[in-house]
Amino acid sequence: MIALYTLMEGVIAFFLIAGSIFALIGSLGLARMKDFYMRLHGPSKISTLGVGCVLLASIAYFSLLESGPSLQELLITIFLFITAPVSAHLLSKSALHQKLERDPRTRGNPEELQEDDDERTLEEAPQGNSKLP
Amino acid sequence: MLDFALKVSVALLSVAIVLNLYRVAVGPSLPDRILALDTMYVNSIALIVLFGLWLGHRTYFEAALLIAMLGFVSTVAVCKYLLRGDIIE
Repeated sequence: MIALYTLMEGVIAFFLIAGSIFALIGSLGLARMKDFYMRLHGPSKISTLGVGCVLLASIAYFSLLESGPSLQELLITIFLFITAPVSAHLLSKSALHQKLERDPRTRGNPEELQEDDDERTLEEAPQGNSKLP
Repeated sequence: MLDFALKVSVALLSVAIVLNLYRVAVGPSLPDRILALDTMYVNSIALIVLFGLWLGHRTYFEAALLIAMLGFVSTVAVCKYLLRGDIIE
């Protein structure tokens, strides 16, 4: 029984350290990267994983403490794993809407950021024969 | 071992929250700041769960759940405001 407790303590400590290191790496990416489209990657993927690891450690700890499965923390985990992609999608849509600056190394050429080609000068503007009244 | 791991992970998460605060203060555009606040509430959920682990009882679980729900709703509301200029059309 003591061996089980020692083993579970090791597992909980591993999940705690791993989760907080993941969260730190996600926030480091948020602080260090060059433009918004790169910065979006760190928090939306890695920080969610870090919080998931910490919540797994909490599930293991309280299951051991109360000698029965306690799955309430799973509620937060599932909620975060559902909502993180939704908020990342909305954030990227609002960034594209505002036409934020891009680093030249950021790949992709989305429709929203392309230059408007049909800007006509005054001379090229169609003259006469307009269908409009 | 568990005591030491708790202390180390609280320290690491505090550094993460300080980095998020830096991005909130510096961040050149509005979506950057929203993203940093979004990350900050996710990290604070982890910090609250760690506090509950430290004290050994689960009163703080409801607080973490509340922060998760309200944080998501506020992120969606601010993004919607940036996109459409209005929250409820």
